[in-house]
Amino acid sequence: MAVNEISQLPFTSEFKESLLKIPEGDRIQTCLQCACCSGVCPFGFVMDFPPGRMIAWMRAGNLDEMLKSDSIWMCVSCYACTEVCPKDIPITLALMTRAKEEALLAGNVPAELQSALEFSQQYSNPLGESSRKRAAWTEELDFEVPIVRKEKRPFEVLWFVGDYASYHPRVKNVTIAVAKIFNKLGIDFAILGPDEHSDGDSQRLAGERGLFEMLAEKNDKVLSRAQFGEIITTDPHAYNAFKNEYPKLGFEYPVRHYTELLVEKLDELTPLLKENGQAKVAYHDPCYLGRVNQIYEAPRKLIEAIPGLELVEMAHNKSTSLCCGGGGGGMWLDGFRWEKSESRLSEWRIKEAVTIEADILAVACPYEPPRFEDAVKAVKGAEKLIVKDIAELILDAIDN
Amino acid sequence: MTEIVVIARLVPDLVEELEIAPSGTALDLSWLRLIINEFDNHAIEQAVILKEKTGANVTIISPEAEGVEDMLFTTAAKGADRLIKLTGIDEEKPTNESLAQTLAGIIKEINPDLILNGVQAHDDIAGDLAPQIADLLNLPYVGYISGVSIEGGQAKAFKEYPGGILAEMEITLPAVLGIQASEEPPRYVAISKVRQMMSTTTIEEIAGDGLATENNFVIDRMYLPEAAEKAEMLEGNEEEVAQKLTAILQDLGLL
Amino acid sequence: MTQDIFVVIEHIQGQVSDISYIMIAAARELAQAQGGNVVGIILGSGAENLKDSLAADQVIYCDHPALAEFSSDACKRTLLSIFTEHDPRAIFFGNTTIGSDICSSIATHGSYPVINSCIRIAEGGAITSQICGGKIMVDSQLADKTTILTMIPGGYKPEQGQGGPPTETINFSPPDLENLKVKLVQFIEPVPGDVDIAQEKILVAIGRGIQTEDNIELAEELAALLGGTVCASRPVIDQGWLPTSRLVGKSGKSVKPDLYLSLGISGATEHLEGILESKTIVAINSDPDAPIFDVAKYGIEVDLFDFIDPLLEQLESAKNG
Repeated sequence: MAVNEISQLPFTSEFKESLLKIPEGDRIQTCLQCACCSGVCPFGFVMDFPPGRMIAWMRAGNLDEMLKSDSIWMCVSCYACTEVCPKDIPITLALMTRAKEEALLAGNVPAELQSALEFSQQYSNPLGESSRKRAAWTEELDFEVPIVRKEKRPFEVLWFVGDYASYHPRVKNVTIAVAKIFNKLGIDFAILGPDEHSDGDSQRLAGERGLFEMLAEKNDKVLSRAQFGEIITTDPHAYNAFKNEYPKLGFEYPVRHYTELLVEKLDELTPLLKENGQAKVAYHDPCYLGRVNQIYEAPRKLIEAIPGLELVEMAHNKSTSLCCGGGGGGMWLDGFRWEKSESRLSEWRIKEAVTIEADILAVACPYEPPRFEDAVKAVKGAEKLIVKDIAELILDAIDN
Repeated sequence: MTEIVVIARLVPDLVEELEIAPSGTALDLSWLRLIINEFDNHAIEQAVILKEKTGANVTIISPEAEGVEDMLFTTAAKGADRLIKLTGIDEEKPTNESLAQTLAGIIKEINPDLILNGVQAHDDIAGDLAPQIADLLNLPYVGYISGVSIEGGQAKAFKEYPGGILAEMEITLPAVLGIQASEEPPRYVAISKVRQMMSTTTIEEIAGDGLATENNFVIDRMYLPEAAEKAEMLEGNEEEVAQKLTAILQDLGLL
Repeated sequence: MTQDIFVVIEHIQGQVSDISYIMIAAARELAQAQGGNVVGIILGSGAENLKDSLAADQVIYCDHPALAEFSSDACKRTLLSIFTEHDPRAIFFGNTTIGSDICSSIATHGSYPVINSCIRIAEGGAITSQICGGKIMVDSQLADKTTILTMIPGGYKPEQGQGGPPTETINFSPPDLENLKVKLVQFIEPVPGDVDIAQEKILVAIGRGIQTEDNIELAEELAALLGGTVCASRPVIDQGWLPTSRLVGKSGKSVKPDLYLSLGISGATEHLEGILESKTIVAINSDPDAPIFDVAKYGIEVDLFDFIDPLLEQLESAKNG
C-alpha cells in the first residue's frame, strides 16, 4: 500500500469503531445501500457525501476526503433519513453528528457556526446576549414571573424557556403569550431566569459534544437545587435534550412539552376561548417534537379547540414533516447553506401551506416564527399567510 | 528552534453593563465579566500559525484573573507548548508599568526571538503593554501588524498605516510586535479538546514581584458617559419610512 | 521642565493627518489653561512645508532620509533626543497606527507617565479620556512631570487646529540613525482605479448585517441611485468582500460625506472614529440598542432586507419626478 493509504486507514477505522459504539450504531454494518436516506435528505442534492455515500466510502476505508469537504454542514439533523431507513440505522445520531464532531475537531467549522458556539460558551446562549438579561422579557408583563432563585419554595412547573424564546424579538412574543396563558390558568410555575443556560441540544447536533456536556452540567447544577414537579418547555430541542440526552449523562428530570400540559387543562381552557374569526390553519410538525419524539396529537387538539379555526394537513405532515432548516446548528449556518444550495427549506414549507390555501401556519418551535416569516416574504402567493405559534393563537382567542 | 512568547490578557466583556466602583475612580469588579482581549486572541493564533509553519516553541504568559486557566488550556488545545500564569494579583488590575517590568524579567529568562501581544486592550488607561516591555528589553516594537513571517533573523510583517494603507516592514529579531489581525481568523477549538488539555497539561505559576496598582498620575473620577442624544427614529411600516427618508433626502438636496 | 505643550505631528505620503490638527486644538486648550506654547514636532525628509497649516506657536523640525515616512525605531530615537533637550510639560501623540507604535516605549524610556485615549481637555486643564469601547469616561490630571497624552478624535474638529504658519521653526539635528532595527520596505498600493472614499459626498456603508457577499449588490444599487459609493466596516473587509481602500474607521479612512447611510452597522468605536465628520448620518439597523444610533441624525429600526426594496422604489419615483 502507498504511504498515504496507510495513514488514512487508522483514522477511518477509529472513526468507524466509534460509530459502532453508539447505541444501535452497529446497524451501520447492515446498510443495504438502498439510498433512501440520501433521497429523502432535504439537502442531499448538494452534499458531496450524503449519508448513503458516507457509509459506502467508510466501508472502502477512505474517509479523509469527507473530512475535508464542508458538505457535512448541509445536514440539518432533521431525522428524515433515520425515519426512512429500512434497516433502522440511527443515521443522524450515529453517523451525521459524529461526522460533524470529527470535522469540528479538525478545525473545519464555518465562521457563523463558530461564533454561535463561542457565544454559547461565554454567555450560555448562541446569540451573544448578556446572560444577566435572560429574563428581561418578563418586564413586559403586568404580573410577576417567579424566578427560582428568589422563590424559596417548591412549585409544580419549572418552565424551561430557552435561548431564542428569551432573547429574539419575534420569539419573545410567543414566550409572553405562554406566560399569560399559564397565568390565566393559575398554573404554579417558575423560570430559572439568568440561571438558565442553553439546553445545548442544537450545539450537540452541530458536533460540539463537549459544549453540550458543559451546558448540561451547568443546568443540572441549578436544577438539582430547585424543587419542582416537572419541567415544561416550549422548545422541542430543549424537550429532546431533557428527555433523551440529559439522562445519558445521569441528569434525569421529568419533562413535557407545553402543548401536552395545556391539553391536560383543556376543560379549564376551552371555556376561555372565543372565536377570533374563521381561518384555515395548517400545523407544521417540528422535527424534534414530531418525528423525533412522536408528539403529533397534542398540538392538533389545541388548535381544534379554538372556535373558528379549521385544521388542514399539508402534503408532508407528522412523520414526513419538512424541516424548517433551523435545527442541528441550522440557525447559524444560513449564509453558508444559501451560498451552497441557493434554496431555503423554509420556503418549501411555505409553498405547501400556500398550496392547501391555509390562512395561518401554526408552529410550535422557537426557530420557526422568524424562519417562516422570512420565507413568506420570498414566496409568491404567500403574502397573506400568517405565521403564529399555537400559544399565540390561544392567547388571541382568550383576549378576544 | 524559534522561541515565541505571547502575552495574553483578559479584559472586561463589553456585552455586559459596566459599573463604577464606590471609590469613583475604578471599575466595579463585582460586576465585571472577563473575556479574552480579542487582539490577544489574534496574537495567539499568529503564534500557532508560525509554529505550524516553522516548528517554533510557543509560550503563553497571562496575569491571573477569573477564567484565566480555561483561557490558557484553550491555547494549549490550539497548540501552545508552555503555559505560565503570573500570580500575586489580588483583584485590582496592576499598572501596565509594573506589569511590564515583571513580565520583562520573566521574558528575559526565556530569551525568545519574537514576542507577540494584542496591539491594544480597551481597559488600558496608562499606555500599551507591549511597547513598554519592548523598551525595557531594548527591543524594537511595531504595532498594528496583520501577518508575520520569520526569515533569517528578521521578521517580515505587514503594518497598517492611516487611511487603510498597508506597508511591508522588516524588523530585526528579537522584536516585539503588536498584533491587530492574525493571518487567518482565530481557529475554533472543540471544548472536548480543551477538557483533554486540563488533564494532560500543567500551568506553571510565577509569582509577580513588585506589582503595583496605583497609576503614576491622578485619576479624578471614572464615570459613565451622558446618555448621548439619540437619533431621530423614523416610525411606521417599511413603505411609510421609505417615504419619510426620501423626503428628508430631498430636503437636504441630496437627490 | 518648560510649560510647553508638544504635539507629535503625523503625516503620510505628504499629507498631515486630521488627528494632528485635532491634537493642536487640544494642546491650545491645555496651553490656555496652564500656560506655555503649542509646539508641533515634525520628523521628515524635505517635509518642512508641512508646518504651514498648523495653528501652533512653534515647530521643531528634524530632517533625515530615514524619517521620510514614519517607522518606529527612527522616530523613537529622534523624539527621545528632542524631549530630553526640550523637556516639555506634556506631549500629545495620536492614538493611531503611528502614535501608538512609539508613545508607550518612549514613556517607559523617559519615565514619563502616559494617559490614554484623551478626547478633550476639561475644566482647568484636566484630561478627559474615553476607554472601554466608549463606555467609560475618565478624568485625570497631568502628573508633576512631563506627561504623555494619546489622543482620539471626537472632541475637536480638525479646522480648530488649522491656521499658521507657526512663527518660529527650530531645526533639530537628528541623532544617530544608523543600524535601524525597523525598516519600511514599501507601501502596498491600493487596488488601482478604485475610488477614494474620503473624497466622496455620498456613502452607503455596509457592515456585518449584510450577511453575504452576494447581498452587497443591494448596497451598490442604492449607492448608484444616490450617486454615491459603497464603503464598509471591518467585518466586511476582513471577509475579503471589498478591498481595504473601502474600509472606514480607525485603521481605515476617515470620511466626511454629506450623507453617510449605514446598513447593518452596529457602530463599534473603531468604526465611528472614521465617520464623525459626516454631515448627515442615517443608520439602518434591526437592533435598537446599536451604538450607531447615538451618533446618527436619523435612525431606522428595521431589518435592512425588509427595507431596501421599498427604499429603492421610493427613491426611484422621487428621482423620476
